[in-house]
Amino acid sequence: MTYARRAWIILWKDVLIERRAKETANALLFFCLLLLFLFQFALGPDRERLATAVPGLLWLGFILAGLLGLGRSFLAERDNDCWEGLRLTPGDKSAIYLGKLAGNCVLMTAVEIILVVLFGVFYNVDLWTPAAPLTLVLALGTIGLAAVGTLFAAMTAQVRARELLFPVLLLPVQVPVLLATVSATQAVLLGQPLADVAHWLKLLAGADLVYVTIGLLTFEFVLEG
Amino acid sequence: MTRALGWLAALGLVAGLAAGFGYAPRETVQGNVQRIMYLHVPAVLTAYLAFGLVLAGSIGYLATRRPGWDRLAGAAGEIGVLFTGLTIVSGSIWGKPTWGTWWTWDARLTSTAVLFLVYVGYLLLRSLIEDPEARGRYAAVVGIVGAVNVPIVHFSVKWWRALHQPSTILGPERSPIDPAIGLALFVNWVAFTLLFAYFLSRRMEIARLEEQT
Repeated sequence: MTYARRAWIILWKDVLIERRAKETANALLFFCLLLLFLFQFALGPDRERLATAVPGLLWLGFILAGLLGLGRSFLAERDNDCWEGLRLTPGDKSAIYLGKLAGNCVLMTAVEIILVVLFGVFYNVDLWTPAAPLTLVLALGTIGLAAVGTLFAAMTAQVRARELLFPVLLLPVQVPVLLATVSATQAVLLGQPLADVAHWLKLLAGADLVYVTIGLLTFEFVLEG
Repeated sequence: MTRALGWLAALGLVAGLAAGFGYAPRETVQGNVQRIMYLHVPAVLTAYLAFGLVLAGSIGYLATRRPGWDRLAGAAGEIGVLFTGLTIVSGSIWGKPTWGTWWTWDARLTSTAVLFLVYVGYLLLRSLIEDPEARGRYAAVVGIVGAVNVPIVHFSVKWWRALHQPSTILGPERSPIDPAIGLALFVNWVAFTLLFAYFLSRRMEIARLEEQT
Protein backbone atom coordinates (compact mmCIF):
# COMPACT_ATOMS: atom_id res chain seq x y z
CA MET A 1 0.00 0.00 0.00
CA THR A 2 1.44 3.36 -0.95
CA TYR A 3 2.07 6.20 1.45
CA ALA A 4 -0.63 8.42 -0.08
CA ARG A 5 -3.12 5.56 0.06
CA ARG A 6 -2.51 5.03 3.77
CA ALA A 7 -2.98 8.74 4.47
CA TRP A 8 -6.17 8.69 2.40
CA ILE A 9 -7.59 5.75 4.34
CA ILE A 10 -7.14 7.60 7.63
CA LEU A 11 -8.81 10.69 6.16
CA TRP A 12 -11.68 8.67 4.73
CA LYS A 13 -12.20 6.78 8.00
CA ASP A 14 -12.53 10.07 9.89
CA VAL A 15 -14.86 11.61 7.32
CA LEU A 16 -17.00 8.47 7.41
CA ILE A 17 -17.21 8.47 11.20
CA GLU A 18 -18.17 12.13 11.14
CA ARG A 19 -20.79 11.59 8.43
CA ARG A 20 -22.45 8.81 10.38
CA ALA A 21 -22.18 10.16 13.92
CA LYS A 22 -22.31 13.89 13.10
CA GLU A 23 -20.92 14.47 16.56
CA THR A 24 -18.41 17.24 16.03
CA ALA A 25 -19.86 19.06 13.03
CA ASN A 26 -23.32 19.70 14.48
CA ALA A 27 -22.03 21.00 17.78
CA LEU A 28 -19.42 23.14 16.06
CA LEU A 29 -22.02 24.71 13.77
CA PHE A 30 -24.07 25.68 16.79
CA PHE A 31 -20.95 26.90 18.58
CA CYS A 32 -20.11 29.21 15.65
CA LEU A 33 -23.59 30.71 15.81
CA LEU A 34 -23.17 31.30 19.54
CA LEU A 35 -19.82 32.95 18.98
CA LEU A 36 -21.42 35.41 16.62
CA PHE A 37 -23.96 36.35 19.26
CA LEU A 38 -21.22 36.70 21.87
CA PHE A 39 -19.15 39.01 19.66
CA GLN A 40 -22.23 41.09 18.95
CA PHE A 41 -23.10 41.38 22.65
CA ALA A 42 -19.51 42.18 23.58
CA LEU A 43 -19.08 44.95 21.03
CA GLY A 44 -22.58 46.43 20.90
CA PRO A 45 -24.72 47.28 17.90
CA ASP A 46 -22.35 49.87 16.34
CA ARG A 47 -21.79 48.66 12.77
CA GLU A 48 -18.67 50.75 12.23
CA ARG A 49 -17.00 49.24 15.23
CA LEU A 50 -18.01 45.73 14.24
CA ALA A 51 -16.68 46.27 10.74
CA THR A 52 -13.25 47.34 11.95
CA ALA A 53 -13.11 44.39 14.32
CA VAL A 54 -14.19 41.80 11.75
CA PRO A 55 -10.72 40.45 10.74
CA GLY A 56 -9.79 39.85 14.37
CA LEU A 57 -13.19 38.43 15.31
CA LEU A 58 -13.18 36.12 12.31
CA TRP A 59 -9.86 34.58 13.36
CA LEU A 60 -10.86 34.52 17.00
CA GLY A 61 -13.86 32.51 15.89
CA PHE A 62 -11.74 30.10 13.82
CA ILE A 63 -9.28 29.61 16.67
CA LEU A 64 -11.96 29.00 19.31
CA ALA A 65 -13.84 26.60 17.07
CA GLY A 66 -10.50 25.06 16.05
CA LEU A 67 -9.49 24.46 19.67
CA LEU A 68 -12.68 22.48 20.19
CA GLY A 69 -12.63 20.66 16.86
CA LEU A 70 -8.92 19.87 16.66
CA GLY A 71 -8.77 18.91 20.31
CA ARG A 72 -11.27 16.12 19.63
CA SER A 73 -9.54 14.70 16.59
CA PHE A 74 -7.77 11.88 18.42
CA LEU A 75 -10.39 11.13 21.06
CA ALA A 76 -12.10 8.56 18.84
CA GLU A 77 -8.85 6.61 18.73
CA ARG A 78 -8.80 6.10 22.47
CA ASP A 79 -11.85 3.84 22.43
CA ASN A 80 -11.75 0.15 21.49
CA ASP A 81 -7.95 0.10 21.39
CA CYS A 82 -7.90 2.07 18.14
CA TRP A 83 -4.67 3.65 19.31
CA GLU A 84 -3.05 0.20 19.26
CA GLY A 85 -4.41 -0.28 15.77
CA LEU A 86 -2.80 2.91 14.58
CA ARG A 87 0.49 1.97 16.16
CA LEU A 88 0.42 -1.44 14.51
CA THR A 89 -0.13 0.09 11.07
CA PRO A 90 2.74 -1.00 8.87
CA GLY A 91 5.01 1.52 7.21
CA ASP A 92 5.85 5.11 7.93
CA LYS A 93 3.70 6.51 10.75
CA SER A 94 3.79 10.02 9.31
CA ALA A 95 1.14 8.90 6.80
CA ILE A 96 -1.27 8.76 9.74
CA TYR A 97 -0.33 12.33 10.65
CA LEU A 98 -0.91 13.45 7.09
CA GLY A 99 -4.33 11.77 6.99
CA LYS A 100 -5.35 13.27 10.31
CA LEU A 101 -4.06 16.68 9.23
CA ALA A 102 -6.09 16.49 6.03
CA GLY A 103 -9.17 15.50 8.04
CA ASN A 104 -8.69 18.44 10.38
CA CYS A 105 -8.24 20.79 7.43
CA VAL A 106 -11.54 19.56 6.01
CA LEU A 107 -13.22 20.14 9.36
CA MET A 108 -11.71 23.61 9.73
CA THR A 109 -12.67 24.52 6.18
CA ALA A 110 -16.28 23.60 6.92
CA VAL A 111 -16.22 25.71 10.09
CA GLU A 112 -14.65 28.62 8.22
CA ILE A 113 -17.19 28.55 5.43
CA ILE A 114 -20.00 28.60 7.99
CA LEU A 115 -18.43 31.42 9.99
CA VAL A 116 -17.65 33.53 6.93
CA VAL A 117 -21.22 33.20 5.65
CA LEU A 118 -22.64 33.99 9.10
CA PHE A 119 -20.36 37.03 9.40
CA GLY A 120 -21.46 38.24 5.98
CA VAL A 121 -25.13 37.88 6.89
CA PHE A 122 -25.18 39.09 10.47
CA TYR A 123 -22.53 41.81 10.42
CA ASN A 124 -23.30 43.03 6.93
CA VAL A 125 -19.72 42.81 5.67
CA ASP A 126 -19.04 42.23 1.99
CA LEU A 127 -16.98 39.06 1.96
CA TRP A 128 -17.92 38.13 -1.59
CA THR A 129 -15.85 40.68 -3.54
CA PRO A 130 -12.51 39.77 -1.92
CA ALA A 131 -13.43 36.04 -1.90
CA ALA A 132 -10.41 34.84 -3.89
CA PRO A 133 -7.62 36.50 -1.92
CA LEU A 134 -9.50 35.78 1.31
CA THR A 135 -9.57 32.10 0.44
CA LEU A 136 -5.79 32.10 -0.01
CA VAL A 137 -5.23 33.73 3.39
CA LEU A 138 -7.70 31.38 5.06
CA ALA A 139 -6.12 28.32 3.46
CA LEU A 140 -2.59 29.25 4.52
CA GLY A 141 -3.72 30.09 8.05
CA THR A 142 -5.76 26.91 8.37
CA ILE A 143 -2.85 24.67 7.43
CA GLY A 144 -0.65 26.36 10.05
CA LEU A 145 -3.28 26.03 12.74
CA ALA A 146 -4.14 22.44 11.87
CA ALA A 147 -0.52 21.30 11.46
CA VAL A 148 0.48 22.10 15.05
CA GLY A 149 -3.04 21.42 16.31
CA THR A 150 -3.05 17.86 14.97
CA LEU A 151 0.35 17.09 16.50
CA PHE A 152 -0.57 18.53 19.91
CA ALA A 153 -4.03 16.95 19.85
CA ALA A 154 -2.46 13.51 19.41
CA MET A 155 -0.17 14.25 22.33
CA THR A 156 -2.71 15.71 24.72
CA ALA A 157 -5.25 12.95 23.98
CA GLN A 158 -3.16 10.79 26.33
CA VAL A 159 -2.62 13.36 29.04
CA ARG A 160 -4.54 14.35 32.13
CA ALA A 161 -6.23 17.81 32.01
CA ARG A 162 -6.24 17.41 28.23
CA GLU A 163 -8.85 20.08 27.44
CA LEU A 164 -6.84 22.63 29.42
CA LEU A 165 -3.39 21.64 28.25
CA PHE A 166 -4.23 21.63 24.53
CA PRO A 167 -5.01 25.37 24.24
CA VAL A 168 -2.22 26.30 26.66
CA LEU A 169 0.29 24.54 24.43
CA LEU A 170 -1.21 25.47 21.07
CA LEU A 171 -2.07 29.17 21.49
CA PRO A 172 1.41 30.61 22.16
CA VAL A 173 2.86 28.64 19.28
CA GLN A 174 0.12 29.99 17.02
CA VAL A 175 0.85 33.66 17.72
CA PRO A 176 2.68 34.17 14.37
CA VAL A 177 -0.15 32.55 12.42
CA LEU A 178 -2.72 34.73 14.18
CA LEU A 179 -0.73 37.95 13.62
CA ALA A 180 -0.11 37.16 9.97
CA THR A 181 -3.64 36.05 9.13
CA VAL A 182 -5.36 38.92 10.93
CA SER A 183 -3.11 41.51 9.25
CA ALA A 184 -3.55 39.90 5.84
CA THR A 185 -7.32 39.48 6.29
CA GLN A 186 -7.62 43.14 7.27
CA ALA A 187 -5.77 44.27 4.14
CA VAL A 188 -7.80 41.95 1.92
CA LEU A 189 -11.11 43.16 3.35
CA LEU A 190 -10.03 46.76 2.74
CA GLY A 191 -9.55 45.85 -0.89
CA GLN A 192 -5.78 46.16 -0.95
CA PRO A 193 -3.93 44.09 -3.55
CA LEU A 194 -2.30 40.86 -2.39
CA ALA A 195 1.13 42.31 -3.17
CA ASP A 196 0.75 44.57 -0.14
CA VAL A 197 0.60 41.58 2.16
CA ALA A 198 3.09 39.41 0.28
CA HIS A 199 5.44 39.35 3.28
CA TRP A 200 2.67 37.97 5.48
CA LEU A 201 1.73 35.35 2.93
CA LYS A 202 5.37 34.29 2.62
CA LEU A 203 5.66 34.07 6.41
CA LEU A 204 2.50 31.95 6.53
CA ALA A 205 3.68 29.68 3.76
CA GLY A 206 7.07 29.31 5.46
CA ALA A 207 5.46 28.62 8.84
CA ASP A 208 3.12 26.03 7.27
CA LEU A 209 6.07 24.27 5.68
CA VAL A 210 8.03 24.23 8.96
CA TYR A 211 5.06 23.05 11.05
CA VAL A 212 4.05 20.28 8.67
CA THR A 213 7.66 19.09 8.40
CA ILE A 214 8.06 18.99 12.18
CA GLY A 215 4.74 17.16 12.43
CA LEU A 216 5.78 14.54 9.88
CA LEU A 217 9.13 14.03 11.60
CA THR A 218 7.96 13.85 15.21
CA PHE A 219 4.54 12.19 14.92
CA GLU A 220 5.89 8.67 15.33
CA PHE A 221 7.24 9.63 18.76
CA VAL A 222 3.84 10.93 19.79
CA LEU A 223 2.02 7.84 18.55
CA GLU A 224 4.12 5.47 20.65
CA GLY A 225 2.43 6.43 23.90
CA MET B 1 32.65 19.92 41.14
CA THR B 2 29.13 21.35 41.37
CA ARG B 3 30.01 22.98 44.65
CA ALA B 4 33.03 24.69 43.09
CA LEU B 5 30.81 25.89 40.23
CA GLY B 6 28.44 27.39 42.80
CA TRP B 7 31.22 29.30 44.54
CA LEU B 8 32.57 30.45 41.20
CA ALA B 9 29.11 31.74 40.24
CA ALA B 10 28.77 33.54 43.59
CA LEU B 11 32.19 35.10 43.08
CA GLY B 12 31.22 36.13 39.56
CA LEU B 13 28.00 37.75 40.77
CA VAL B 14 29.90 39.77 43.40
CA ALA B 15 32.38 40.86 40.74
CA GLY B 16 29.43 41.67 38.47
CA LEU B 17 27.83 43.85 41.14
CA ALA B 18 31.12 45.64 41.71
CA ALA B 19 31.61 46.14 37.98
CA GLY B 20 28.02 47.27 37.42
CA PHE B 21 27.77 49.69 40.32
CA GLY B 22 31.38 50.69 40.93
CA TYR B 23 33.49 50.37 37.82
CA ALA B 24 31.04 51.22 35.02
CA PRO B 25 30.41 54.95 34.52
CA ARG B 26 27.01 56.62 34.85
CA GLU B 27 25.21 56.59 31.53
CA THR B 28 24.82 60.17 30.21
CA VAL B 29 21.23 60.06 28.96
CA GLN B 30 19.44 57.60 31.24
CA GLY B 31 21.52 58.06 34.38
CA ASN B 32 21.74 55.29 36.97
CA VAL B 33 18.62 53.59 35.62
CA GLN B 34 20.70 52.19 32.81
CA ARG B 35 22.54 49.98 35.32
CA ILE B 36 19.59 47.60 35.27
CA MET B 37 21.03 46.53 31.94
CA TYR B 38 23.66 44.50 33.83
CA LEU B 39 20.82 42.30 35.00
CA HIS B 40 18.52 42.53 31.99
CA VAL B 41 20.90 41.62 29.18
CA PRO B 42 22.76 38.75 30.89
CA ALA B 43 19.37 37.31 31.96
CA VAL B 44 18.02 37.25 28.42
CA LEU B 45 21.24 35.82 26.99
CA THR B 46 21.13 33.07 29.64
CA ALA B 47 17.50 32.37 28.77
CA TYR B 48 18.42 31.94 25.10
CA LEU B 49 21.22 29.59 26.09
CA ALA B 50 18.76 27.62 28.22
CA PHE B 51 16.19 27.26 25.44
CA GLY B 52 18.95 26.26 23.04
CA LEU B 53 19.80 23.47 25.49
CA VAL B 54 16.12 22.47 25.66
CA LEU B 55 16.24 21.99 21.89
CA ALA B 56 19.51 20.05 22.09
CA GLY B 57 18.21 17.87 24.93
CA SER B 58 14.93 17.23 23.10
CA ILE B 59 16.60 16.12 19.88
CA GLY B 60 19.12 14.11 21.87
CA TYR B 61 16.36 12.32 23.77
CA LEU B 62 14.32 11.44 20.69
CA ALA B 63 17.45 10.18 18.94
CA THR B 64 19.02 8.15 21.76
CA ARG B 65 16.24 7.68 24.37
CA ARG B 66 18.79 8.22 27.12
CA PRO B 67 17.03 9.78 30.13
CA GLY B 68 19.99 12.11 30.67
CA TRP B 69 19.00 14.15 27.60
CA ASP B 70 15.49 14.54 28.94
CA ARG B 71 16.80 15.66 32.31
CA LEU B 72 18.94 18.23 30.52
CA ALA B 73 15.96 19.54 28.52
CA GLY B 74 13.66 19.64 31.55
CA ALA B 75 16.19 21.38 33.82
CA ALA B 76 17.17 23.89 31.13
CA GLY B 77 13.47 24.58 30.46
CA GLU B 78 12.79 25.42 34.09
CA ILE B 79 15.80 27.72 34.42
CA GLY B 80 15.05 29.28 31.04
CA VAL B 81 11.54 30.21 32.19
CA LEU B 82 13.04 31.67 35.39
CA PHE B 83 15.50 33.84 33.45
CA THR B 84 12.91 34.89 30.88
CA GLY B 85 10.69 35.97 33.76
CA LEU B 86 13.63 37.90 35.20
CA THR B 87 14.19 39.53 31.82
CA ILE B 88 10.57 40.62 31.51
CA VAL B 89 10.37 41.95 35.10
CA SER B 90 13.71 43.81 34.91
CA GLY B 91 12.75 45.16 31.49
CA SER B 92 9.46 46.40 32.93
CA ILE B 93 11.26 48.19 35.75
CA TRP B 94 13.66 49.68 33.22
CA GLY B 95 10.86 50.66 30.86
CA LYS B 96 8.84 52.61 33.44
CA PRO B 97 11.36 55.50 33.89
CA THR B 98 12.74 55.46 30.32
CA TRP B 99 9.64 54.83 28.19
CA GLY B 100 7.09 55.96 30.78
CA THR B 101 5.25 52.63 30.78
CA TRP B 102 5.56 49.22 32.43
CA TRP B 103 4.52 47.35 29.36
CA THR B 104 4.09 48.08 25.69
CA TRP B 105 3.27 45.78 22.79
CA ASP B 106 6.60 46.41 21.17
CA ALA B 107 8.07 43.70 18.97
CA ARG B 108 10.76 42.37 21.28
CA LEU B 109 8.65 42.57 24.41
CA THR B 110 5.91 40.64 22.69
CA SER B 111 8.18 37.96 21.33
CA THR B 112 9.85 37.51 24.73
CA ALA B 113 6.42 37.19 26.32
CA VAL B 114 5.44 34.60 23.71
CA LEU B 115 8.67 32.69 24.40
CA PHE B 116 7.81 32.75 28.11
CA LEU B 117 4.31 31.39 27.47
CA VAL B 118 5.54 28.63 25.15
CA TYR B 119 7.95 27.29 27.76
CA VAL B 120 5.51 27.70 30.64
CA GLY B 121 3.28 25.41 28.56
CA TYR B 122 6.26 23.08 28.16
CA LEU B 123 6.73 22.90 31.95
CA LEU B 124 3.00 22.44 32.47
CA LEU B 125 3.02 19.47 30.09
CA ARG B 126 5.96 17.95 31.95
CA SER B 127 4.22 18.35 35.30
CA LEU B 128 1.07 16.57 34.07
CA ILE B 129 2.73 13.32 32.92
CA GLU B 130 4.05 10.84 35.47
CA ASP B 131 5.57 8.22 33.19
CA PRO B 132 9.13 9.49 32.63
CA GLU B 133 9.41 7.86 29.22
CA ALA B 134 6.21 9.40 27.81
CA ARG B 135 7.01 12.71 29.50
CA GLY B 136 10.38 12.78 27.79
CA ARG B 137 8.92 12.06 24.35
CA TYR B 138 6.02 14.53 24.52
CA ALA B 139 8.12 17.26 26.11
CA ALA B 140 10.78 16.78 23.44
CA VAL B 141 8.23 17.32 20.66
CA VAL B 142 6.99 20.53 22.31
CA GLY B 143 10.58 21.60 22.94
CA ILE B 144 11.41 21.20 19.27
CA VAL B 145 8.26 22.96 18.06
CA GLY B 146 8.87 25.82 20.51
CA ALA B 147 12.46 26.34 19.42
CA VAL B 148 11.78 26.10 15.70
CA ASN B 149 8.97 28.59 16.18
CA VAL B 150 11.29 31.27 17.61
CA PRO B 151 12.38 32.80 14.25
CA ILE B 152 8.79 32.70 12.95
CA VAL B 153 7.56 34.52 16.05
CA HIS B 154 10.44 36.97 15.71
CA PHE B 155 9.56 38.06 12.18
CA SER B 156 5.81 38.07 12.66
CA VAL B 157 6.05 40.27 15.74
CA LYS B 158 8.65 42.53 14.12
CA TRP B 159 6.40 43.24 11.17
CA TRP B 160 3.43 43.62 13.46
CA ARG B 161 5.07 46.56 15.28
CA ALA B 162 8.44 47.80 15.91
CA LEU B 163 9.99 51.21 20.45
CA HIS B 164 12.72 48.92 21.64
CA GLN B 165 16.25 50.14 21.01
CA PRO B 166 18.00 47.87 18.51
CA SER B 167 20.31 45.36 20.11
CA THR B 168 23.60 47.11 20.76
CA ILE B 169 25.77 44.06 21.39
CA LEU B 170 24.65 41.57 18.81
CA GLY B 171 24.14 44.05 15.97
CA PRO B 172 26.29 43.96 12.83
CA GLU B 173 28.07 47.27 13.41
CA ARG B 174 30.73 47.97 15.96
CA SER B 175 29.18 48.47 19.33
CA PRO B 176 28.82 52.17 20.28
CA ILE B 177 28.91 51.29 23.99
CA ASP B 178 31.61 52.70 26.26
CA PRO B 179 34.23 49.93 26.73
CA ALA B 180 33.83 50.16 30.52
CA ILE B 181 30.11 49.48 30.24
CA GLY B 182 30.86 46.69 27.81
CA LEU B 183 33.30 45.12 30.27
CA ALA B 184 30.85 45.37 33.18
CA LEU B 185 28.24 43.73 30.98
CA PHE B 186 30.69 40.99 30.03
CA VAL B 187 31.56 40.26 33.68
CA ASN B 188 27.87 39.98 34.53
CA TRP B 189 27.21 37.80 31.54
CA VAL B 190 29.97 35.38 32.59
CA ALA B 191 28.59 35.38 36.15
CA PHE B 192 25.06 34.60 34.93
CA THR B 193 26.29 31.82 32.70
CA LEU B 194 28.18 30.30 35.64
CA LEU B 195 25.06 30.62 37.77
CA PHE B 196 23.06 28.93 35.03
CA ALA B 197 25.55 26.08 34.83
CA TYR B 198 25.34 25.65 38.60
CA PHE B 199 21.54 25.63 38.63
CA LEU B 200 21.52 23.22 35.71
CA SER B 201 23.83 20.67 37.28
CA ARG B 202 21.96 20.83 40.60
CA ARG B 203 18.56 20.49 38.94
CA MET B 204 19.69 17.58 36.77
CA GLU B 205 21.09 15.86 39.85
CA ILE B 206 17.76 16.28 41.65
CA ALA B 207 15.90 14.89 38.64
CA ARG B 208 18.24 11.90 38.56
CA LEU B 209 17.64 11.19 42.24
CA GLU B 210 13.87 11.59 41.76
CA GLU B 211 13.88 8.94 39.04
CA GLN B 212 15.71 6.46 41.27
CA THR B 213 13.00 6.42 43.91
